[in-house]
Amino acid sequence: MFYREAGDFKTNYADDNQTFPIRFDRYRYYAVMLFAFCAVPFLINDYWVNAIFLPFLIYAIAAIGLNILVGYCGQVSLGTGGFMAVGAYACYKLMTSFPEINIFIHVLLAGGVTALVGVLFGLPSLRIKGFYLAVATLAAQFFLVWLFNRVPWFYNYSASGQISAPERTVFGIAVTGPNTTAWAPYLFCLVILTLLAIVARNLTRGMQGRKWMAIRDMDIAAEIIGVNPLKAKLSAFAVSSFFIGVAGALFFSVYLGAVEVGEAFGINQSFLVLFMIIIGGLGSIFGSFAGAAFLVLMPVLLKNVLVGGLGWPTDIAAHLEFLIVGALIIVFLIAEPHGLAQLWRVAKEKLRLWPFPH
Amino acid sequence: MKLKFASMALGAVMAAAPAMADLVFPSLSYRTGPYAAGGIPFADGYADYFTLLNERDGGIGGVPIRMIECETGYNTAKGVECYESTKGEGALVYQPLSTGITYQLIPKATADDIPIHSMGYGRTSAANGEVFSHVFNYPGNYWDGASGAVNYLLETNGGDLKGKKIALVYHNSAYGKEPIRTLEELQKKHGYELSLLPVDHPGQEQKSQWLQIRRERPDFVLMWGWGVMNQVAVQEAANIRFPMENFIGIWWSGAEHDVLPAGAKANGFKALTFHNVGRDFPIFDDIQKYVVDAGKAAGAGDQVGNVLYNRGMYAAMLAAEAAKTAQGIHGTADITPSQMRDGMEALQIDEAKMTALGMPNFGPAFNVSCQNHGGPGLVGVTQWDAANQTWSLISDFKETDGEVIGALVAEDSAAYAAENNIEAACK
Repeated sequence: MFYREAGDFKTNYADDNQTFPIRFDRYRYYAVMLFAFCAVPFLINDYWVNAIFLPFLIYAIAAIGLNILVGYCGQVSLGTGGFMAVGAYACYKLMTSFPEINIFIHVLLAGGVTALVGVLFGLPSLRIKGFYLAVATLAAQFFLVWLFNRVPWFYNYSASGQISAPERTVFGIAVTGPNTTAWAPYLFCLVILTLLAIVARNLTRGMQGRKWMAIRDMDIAAEIIGVNPLKAKLSAFAVSSFFIGVAGALFFSVYLGAVEVGEAFGINQSFLVLFMIIIGGLGSIFGSFAGAAFLVLMPVLLKNVLVGGLGWPTDIAAHLEFLIVGALIIVFLIAEPHGLAQLWRVAKEKLRLWPFPH
Repeated sequence: MKLKFASMALGAVMAAAPAMADLVFPSLSYRTGPYAAGGIPFADGYADYFTLLNERDGGIGGVPIRMIECETGYNTAKGVECYESTKGEGALVYQPLSTGITYQLIPKATADDIPIHSMGYGRTSAANGEVFSHVFNYPGNYWDGASGAVNYLLETNGGDLKGKKIALVYHNSAYGKEPIRTLEELQKKHGYELSLLPVDHPGQEQKSQWLQIRRERPDFVLMWGWGVMNQVAVQEAANIRFPMENFIGIWWSGAEHDVLPAGAKANGFKALTFHNVGRDFPIFDDIQKYVVDAGKAAGAGDQVGNVLYNRGMYAAMLAAEAAKTAQGIHGTADITPSQMRDGMEALQIDEAKMTALGMPNFGPAFNVSCQNHGGPGLVGVTQWDAANQTWSLISDFKETDGEVIGALVAEDSAAYAAENNIEAACK
């Protein structure tokens, strides 16, 4: 009944290769986009933006970035927090050095800087694999955090080592700083997320994505059939770091407004984003969204239900939150090791046949 | 799925919709995570004082108090969530008990016209009310603490620190870095040698720092630590047999739970303070009667009289007195956050007031003004007695180096004003 392919004829290759080949799926996608762009901005208040939508949108960008590296190219990375910090500090330096340039450009440039740093730390991936690479990227995490704590130039010699985002506008409307209206930062992040998600989708299903996947599945075989591992691995590090850098820049400038590198971009951040893509589904753009939504919304929802709804003490609720989220992660991974994306795929397969499965 | 989550979360928020006519005091506490040891007693003291006012006096000026507790885990992202979820309920004043969260809330709360009281933490230059119209850090700040520690060392060393070595062990964050500039300025003035030893979050790993102290043999060690870092530092100091009486912590590094794990070896450890310690105050009889015995104590109820419990209670007392002042100024019992700010700015605490509240000699007497949001900055010193397991005040509240601190406050707040285009707020 849903997801029917009957009568949905494709007459050219472009139609056949589109992201959502099934008509129902495509309309659902348009509806979600329409709702996100045209309805949500009118419905949200500060709480919804700052506690739910901004973290979700920003973590989704980071998760897509990490998914390109880990899910598509098979290079395990634990340096996400450090790369987000690079994005944040690059954005801060650019914002304060060139205040007249649009913040949108700064965010993209911050991603570019992070891409360069990512390539640098991706060099060991040419020699080492798997757990050893994870340890090498872990070194990047600790080194970068140490660097931003250590060198006062990065935080403009402020006494406390904190960086805070000054107010910046897009088309005359403030998107950073304290005087924003709820919808402006939301739309700003949504536009960037949409652009980057489309780029990621098209990269991963094109030639570049196939090279990455070849490296992931078996690097020697990939090399034999003509994939250059140097280019493939380093490009994966560059693209992934670009996404993560943009996420870090937005995390600092739009979402938190003031950060301290050790606290905001510590090792926890690296694990959080890694969990997102594992739960969401490795090698899937939708999985990145699902994983980000799961790990951002679940704690907020639990907190609101347990403390706001049931009136439990905050410490018990906070501990229960850890327990429940942890248990859910285990349950999900046992029930569906390929993540939420696979659940979604299975659900779609079932829906195609429903209500006549035989 | 996203929508389902969203609608459920919305339902939960709606279920906690506010009741009218009450004074809302949010408590951004942390009872979990590596900093919970300090967060719990403070949150308990803060909550118990408001419970006492509700039970004994029926609130402030006849309006009941509603305290909303929100768990931040000392995490800035959760702090934002807590701020956004409570501000709509008419929150009168925020006391996040975290320098990181305070930094984040300063611009937001100022834009939302809600005051912040960062008592003895947060951004030190917020003492300048001309620039930070909505931020208060009376009665003392970190730079007073740094200067107070140096003054105390001067006093105990015959007024001369030339050639002495002082090591600062600090939490490698905005909080821990605050005193550095003051200590460097004072270094020029008094001629001691300063070495800096950062400890990374959360602070369980300090072997190398204390090895360095063992090698360099500084005469004194100052510490800006919090949470689990404190007890580890005291233990490490005991392990290298560093003389405890030469080891001074800031007021966030001197509570019972920081020294108890090291046992008898922690005897003589000193800490700064801006309020009195112990249970020897009439108010504790009332807390026992109306709160603890009535079964209404916050948390496990086992923190009453601890150093940080007292501090939480003191913070709540100052907030309640400011609310009273605001009610007086504006002639209404049900005040708004903006009126609360006026009350904080006109707050006057004197000995008679504190005695009437059952807290004689609990803290310094001070007046807040539009220009000065920082109070007098009087700093006392307490010392730990491991045998009796008590802290006692060994040096009374004394003046700090206002000249050096004033210049630094002016400089830092001017930089903030320039960055954010702020005009002087006072007429």
